[in-house]
Amino acid sequence: MIDTVVVPLLKIFVVLNAVLVAVTFMVLLERKVIAWVQVRLGPMRVGPYGVLQPVADVVKLMTKEDITPVKADRWVFTAAPMIALIPALMVFAVIPFGPEVSIFGRRVTLYITDINVGLLYIISVASIGVYGIILAGWSSNSKYPLLASLRASAQLISYEVAVTMTLVSMIVTAGTMSMVGIVNAQLNHGVWYLFAQPLAFFIYFVGGLAETNRAPFDLPEAEQELTGGFHTEYSGMRFALFFLAEYANMIVVSSVATTLFLGGWLRPFPNVAFLGFLDFIPGWIWFLLKTFVWLYIFLWVRATLPRYRYDQLMRLGWKVLIPLAILNVVITATMKVLL
Amino acid sequence: MAEVVTFYALSVIILAFGLLVVTARNTIYSILFLIVDFLAVALLYAAMNSLLLAMIQVLVYVGGIVVLYLFVVILVNLKRPSEQHVDPGRKSVIGGVMAAAVLAELTVIGVYNAIRPSVVPGAATDVGSVEKVGMALFTNYLIPFEVASMLLLVAMVGAIILAKREL
Repeated sequence: MIDTVVVPLLKIFVVLNAVLVAVTFMVLLERKVIAWVQVRLGPMRVGPYGVLQPVADVVKLMTKEDITPVKADRWVFTAAPMIALIPALMVFAVIPFGPEVSIFGRRVTLYITDINVGLLYIISVASIGVYGIILAGWSSNSKYPLLASLRASAQLISYEVAVTMTLVSMIVTAGTMSMVGIVNAQLNHGVWYLFAQPLAFFIYFVGGLAETNRAPFDLPEAEQELTGGFHTEYSGMRFALFFLAEYANMIVVSSVATTLFLGGWLRPFPNVAFLGFLDFIPGWIWFLLKTFVWLYIFLWVRATLPRYRYDQLMRLGWKVLIPLAILNVVITATMKVLL
Repeated sequence: MAEVVTFYALSVIILAFGLLVVTARNTIYSILFLIVDFLAVALLYAAMNSLLLAMIQVLVYVGGIVVLYLFVVILVNLKRPSEQHVDPGRKSVIGGVMAAAVLAELTVIGVYNAIRPSVVPGAATDVGSVEKVGMALFTNYLIPFEVASMLLLVAMVGAIILAKREL
């Protein structure tokens, strides 16, 4: 009873809350990092150095008036933010935050579940999220949201192909689809797959930026052309749900990247014995550190690079990344057979 | 017991949403019901210990094909009034006959199974695992698998030719 119901529910509770709190502070971090890059201070008013800004933001979003446009399709308009957020949160079911640890004398695994098609589960559940974007744009009954949602979904579908192809080569390399299995395979091979699969790493990173609609691929939200993107007509908490979904997706992409390429919860050089003193830092802290580095790179890229033009974006996706990804699958499979 | 309950509950959901798909006035609603339908089918696969099939069902149908349906429906103009149903070629009669034939076949199969229950092989829990499906596809069912992939390739080339005829 405790092992089948109570412990999983507790884990789900902890993970969901951790993700949602992390998202609110990601927003603050993003504003701060971009401000520092631009030699500004960023939010400073709420709390010391503005650290309580997320609290103020949440209160503001909760108390704002919730507007549904008169000509909007009421049901779909209400459902779209939920459809966007729920898949982003569901993915965390298979993210391995750490190995088995002992808490209060009970062996507990630091992941909610480990299914043998874990990676496929992530790809397929994440692919549902695109409906939130399309339906939000359509149901608003407004020009700019519709244009933005068409852009967003075209972009998502195009880059999904390349990213899925790189994941195929990762599956071939690791010999398993289980997320825990992939981390263990990196332990057995004695190398983070970042070094074994640099091309896959590059494609996954670019594709991840594009799939989360982040700069320099943030055309769906290009403020100068489209006012606000597919969520222009949304206000208050419903807008906040889209925001949560976007940042939760960033955390998903970062954690999957950490698991696939940076060895998950493993310490650096997991097979080098004289670095064993690094084990005093528990695995889940390594995992969070690596994920944080990824999230920081997301912000860094946004502050550094200008936005792509739409045709450049599509050309990069279809004519560069997808052929490279297919080439990578072929090379990986050949190497796997030869070695 | 739990399996039976799950099966029938999911079947009811699948059939109910299937009905909603064909009866909904608004095409977008039709597609939304179709998504729920496909998700329920995926759950049915998952309940039968075939997680791989369930994930592929979601990935291919929910995440891929229906997205394109939605694109098409959003991009074509739906403001015009629905057309009167005309059927000069008596196509609905042919369709009705074929549907009746399929129904009859299913009934015969059902009756046959009820009279002579087939020997159920020992319920293997890993029958739908990646390894098992992969081995089956690339050994026993290699030729059907390759034929199916050829068919998809032909369909793809055909679609490109239709769309880009003037190139």
